Amino acid sequence: MPLLIVLLLLVAAAGPAGAETVYVSNEQDNTVSVIDGATLAVAATIPVGRRPRGIALSADRRQLYVAVGDDNRIDVIDLATQRVTGSLPSGEDPELFVLHPDGRRLFVANENDNMVSVVDIPERRILAEVEVGVEPEGMGVSPDGRIVVNTSETTSMLHVIDGATLELVDNVLVDTRPRVAQVSADNRRIWVSSELRGSVAVFDAGSREPLAKIGFQVPGVSSELVQAVGIQLTRDGRRAYVALGPSNRVAEIDAQSFKVLRLYLVGQRVWHIALSPDERRLYSANGNSSDVSVIDLERGDVIKSIGVGRSPWGLVVAP
Amino acid sequence: MRVLLLLLLALMSAPALAEGSITIGFIGQDRPPVRPVSPLNREIRDEGLMGARLGLADTATTGRFMGQAFTLAERALRAGDDAAQAARLFRDQGTRLVVADLDAPALLAFASAPEARDLLILNSRAPDDDLRHEACRANVLHVVPSRAMVADALAQYLVFKRWRRWFLVVGPEPGDKLFADAVRRAAKRFGAEIAIEKAWTFRPGNARTDTGHVTLQTEIPALSQSPDHDVLVVADEADAFGEYLPGRTARPRPVAGTHGLVATGFSPVTEQWGTTQLHARFERLAGRRMGLADYAAWAAVRSIGEAAIRARSSDPAAIAAYMRGPDFLLAGFKGQGQSFRAWDGQMRQPILIAGPRMLVSVSPQPGFLHRGSELDTLGVDREESRCRF
Repeated sequence: MPLLIVLLLLVAAAGPAGAETVYVSNEQDNTVSVIDGATLAVAATIPVGRRPRGIALSADRRQLYVAVGDDNRIDVIDLATQRVTGSLPSGEDPELFVLHPDGRRLFVANENDNMVSVVDIPERRILAEVEVGVEPEGMGVSPDGRIVVNTSETTSMLHVIDGATLELVDNVLVDTRPRVAQVSADNRRIWVSSELRGSVAVFDAGSREPLAKIGFQVPGVSSELVQAVGIQLTRDGRRAYVALGPSNRVAEIDAQSFKVLRLYLVGQRVWHIALSPDERRLYSANGNSSDVSVIDLERGDVIKSIGVGRSPWGLVVAP
Repeated sequence: MRVLLLLLLALMSAPALAEGSITIGFIGQDRPPVRPVSPLNREIRDEGLMGARLGLADTATTGRFMGQAFTLAERALRAGDDAAQAARLFRDQGTRLVVADLDAPALLAFASAPEARDLLILNSRAPDDDLRHEACRANVLHVVPSRAMVADALAQYLVFKRWRRWFLVVGPEPGDKLFADAVRRAAKRFGAEIAIEKAWTFRPGNARTDTGHVTLQTEIPALSQSPDHDVLVVADEADAFGEYLPGRTARPRPVAGTHGLVATGFSPVTEQWGTTQLHARFERLAGRRMGLADYAAWAAVRSIGEAAIRARSSDPAAIAAYMRGPDFLLAGFKGQGQSFRAWDGQMRQPILIAGPRMLVSVSPQPGFLHRGSELDTLGVDREESRCRF
């Protein structure tokens, strides 16, 4: 029996690109759309709490966590039955959150409360609160678990939290209205997007010295509408993808030279983006056109847009 | 609310640091209380000031991380007070960055006083276009949108809707006539037509007396009898009669302008671009929703704070220079960065189109293009400006 499971898993892993499943939080619909990566169609819609935004898989990938801000909690979806089976405390108005590599703690940005809450998943309780700037937003964690990064929109700062002691290690001024912060796969760099400046800053994760500032220009779109939101970094450290908000583009960046290589035209007001497990595809949640764009990164082309719920906000791809 | 006030008081009374300490001035003026026309609205006596206080609290957080302390020095002009005296007090205290919650005449007197020469004044109340044209002053930036911007924003939306024939109804107050001027200019700029124009000549009735509606039901159809039009545009800044128009006009046409569909720099109804959080902080502080004067004062204080933090300076001259410079950007919860126009000191910003209970749209509207920033399709562009600093 275990052998059979292993065999099945192997078959699944060797399957064609797109055997994955995409989960999309629909902010105005209070649902999560489930997209079948093989057919690129919506396979199911799961009702959740109010104002779902941040979304992440559990360590064993059997559960999905969805921050439902207006209900001040994180809903837990069992992926086998596709139903909400419970919830976790989150602190007030959870928005983005990240699962620590230890698999048992969530770091949650409490947008209304100037706090990052640390949630113990098995014990279902808030372990600690870390006070950060006004309107905490982005959450990232280094793969080695040593640092957790957060942005605060109104304070315009990157906050660096020690993953073990939960001390606030550093506060770095970044461009106006920062959104997403991500740590590279090698733990060495922190990427931060600024929505209103439309820029991405890259810092050395250890010294917090700035390494690069990336700007974007979209032909025919005024600079005020070129805004940077979601960031995805590839595991090999070669590429970065940035969602450019109301300019309706996703930028592909050489993560070593920091050059913008190309722009993909996606749906309206692209918010968050997610790479497929094999990193051959990128999915984007487009808030104003209520669809998800599918980018085939090998072909360098947007291959499909899939209508989902109203105001798709975040997404995550499961193998 | 009380806790926050105490916190603010504590912040204000904290000993000034030798370095990295910035005092922001705030000057309001005594205004006669206005009883709102609708029973759903409350009389507000601290509009503007509460916005400035929230702006300070929001700024203080970044300042704390950066080692800069911000305080607010609050003053109010009473009837008969000398504006120059107020300017002198700020100057002698070393408070050179001042948010002015003043009407146009008081603002002009304040900014023109010799004592104000070295101040930088941020206008958070007066929408007068004259202050941005001939009466512009080198020591004034305008955070509150001008009437021209507001009228242009409304015109873009109405033209976008193809509601091109307007019936303009103008109230008796000076502000009503100035807003009507801006509406006529906007109609011309964006290809609409003022098909009919009438002055509101009735004495303001009182709909809230018993059976007050009976009089209005006969008066307003009489006024609004007119050839056909797409929309009635009302100019009633004093809030004397505009609220009575929707639902009572002779023809079944929507009402826009100062009432009905309102173009405004900010509205209690907006929740977009994270304004939910701004409102939540404001409600905790003030016990009510944020209005335009609150927003403009908040944005003015935030502008000073943002410039101080970005310029990494507590020197008022350096802060003022950064605010006017090309890198300045304020995150004002309206979806785009806001900055100051070099030619008249006006803050460029999106303008909300708000219904009585919900946000309807935001201008600039799609398709109104500009060689630089589309925000500059609203209000007075460089070539049209008659401001000479």
